Amino acid sequence: MSPTRPNLLVRLGGGTEGALAYVGGLAQITGKSLALLVSSPLKRQRSLERAVHQAMKVGVGAIPIVSLITFFIGVIMALQGAYELSKLGAMQLVPALVAVSITRELGPLITAIVVIGRSGSAFAAEIGTMRVTEELDALETMALDPMAFLVAPKFLAMALMVPCLAVWSDFMGVMGGCFFGILGGGFSFTGYFTTTRNSLVLSDVMTGVVKSFVFGLVITAVGCQEGLSTGAGAEEVGRATTSAVVLSILMVILIDVVFTLLFYLTGGLT
Amino acid sequence: MAGQPIIAARDLRVRYGDREILHGVNFEIPHGETVVVLGGSGSGKSTLLRTMVGLERPHSGEVLIKGIDMGKASREEKAALRRKMGIAFQGGALIGSMTVGENIALPLLEHSALEPSTVEVMVRIKLEQVGLSGFENFNPSELSGGMKKRAAFARAMAMDPEILFFDEPSAGLDPIMAAGIDNLILNMKKAYAITMVVVTHELASAFLIADRVIVVDKGHIIANGSIPELQASEHPRVRQFLDRVPDSDHDDDAVDHLRMYTEGIR
Repeated sequence: MSPTRPNLLVRLGGGTEGALAYVGGLAQITGKSLALLVSSPLKRQRSLERAVHQAMKVGVGAIPIVSLITFFIGVIMALQGAYELSKLGAMQLVPALVAVSITRELGPLITAIVVIGRSGSAFAAEIGTMRVTEELDALETMALDPMAFLVAPKFLAMALMVPCLAVWSDFMGVMGGCFFGILGGGFSFTGYFTTTRNSLVLSDVMTGVVKSFVFGLVITAVGCQEGLSTGAGAEEVGRATTSAVVLSILMVILIDVVFTLLFYLTGGLT
Repeated sequence: MAGQPIIAARDLRVRYGDREILHGVNFEIPHGETVVVLGGSGSGKSTLLRTMVGLERPHSGEVLIKGIDMGKASREEKAALRRKMGIAFQGGALIGSMTVGENIALPLLEHSALEPSTVEVMVRIKLEQVGLSGFENFNPSELSGGMKKRAAFARAMAMDPEILFFDEPSAGLDPIMAAGIDNLILNMKKAYAITMVVVTHELASAFLIADRVIVVDKGHIIANGSIPELQASEHPRVRQFLDRVPDSDHDDDAVDHLRMYTEGIR
């Protein structure tokens, strides 16, 4: 047997073990934070204030960019749909195509990617810089748990705000489709929205909301985990931030596949 | 309680991976004493400080704060001890997302039931003590290096601690600013009967503020005594440090450097 073969197996095994350990770490950080949010009534008031502050940054602050991007995604979906559907003379199906693809998939996914770029990276950079400048050590020596002080409020903020942003992006995506519908599809405003409403069921929106909730948790877990594991030096902060973005996108896509498959097999949230 | 040291280390060994940094150090610090831990770069003095405050776990031996082993203390015990300690880090380590005032108020708001108005007054008093009156609403990034250190002292003193730790209080400051920091430590020493542990490599500063000096070299304590005792020391490394003599030749450096990598293997 050639010596490269066991090496390959060893590396594959090592890689798998590393990946599983990383996911285990994410589960640990998530569980710990959620437990802290539930179990520290004395600190809840201040924790809540910090969560509201985070929610403003990650949620409200993201509205303009999420709105703009998902509006244009709606326009693009309508244009691409119309290109094919017009050949079949089925232009009346464009609103349904846009609504279903945006609410079930693109709204939550695009929102997650924007949130990764804005907030996931910021979490890693913020916590990583605090590690480098000994601020995390300072918190610890002041008897303040960095998990309770920094991480838990971020989880609360993201778990609430990412689904809200996803619903908003659904609306903006439909608005984008409507923009094309009126200008190029011969629809009236009310006509477009009536067709959209008739083509959507609650589970279309709910599957997106459920996915977004999980996306929010995963983006926070990866961002904070990368920040906390930052080594010494400014270069390490850069590495942590890049890893946070790349790994978050990968995790979000993987989770999306799993959830979409589950919804497909179970016929959605019925 | 009388006679029991507030800090004690017994055969304390600390490792980073396979590399041992502290090779079994022993010392005691009684209540109310100002002790300077003196040593060159890479001597292990900062590791010693980090172990004393519980940021590093000893590989073996123990470090006792008020009789409690920091390495084996439970979370609650450690938290209770840390509320009685104040630590001023080398770069200040002020929380960048908070103002100077909020930084100093942080331990008070988190660990006491004081009214916010009372906390505000206390913050002002603490800032006044370190000569930073009126800087409550500044961000840490707007302060100079020396001011950051002063603000860090104010935060370390916020909870009126029994033990104050300083990590390189005058490193990176100009001589005038460094003298100001030394004065500040001297004033604190006069005003409060607290135990202070100052880690530094500045000889002048050590001679000015210390009741006792512990000299750390390559992870060993090579001197532990009052300033006259230190000055009378015949230990070659102590003499070399006091007389500011460079290492004899580069070969020693290379051997030391190699030893760093091979220590763990032996």
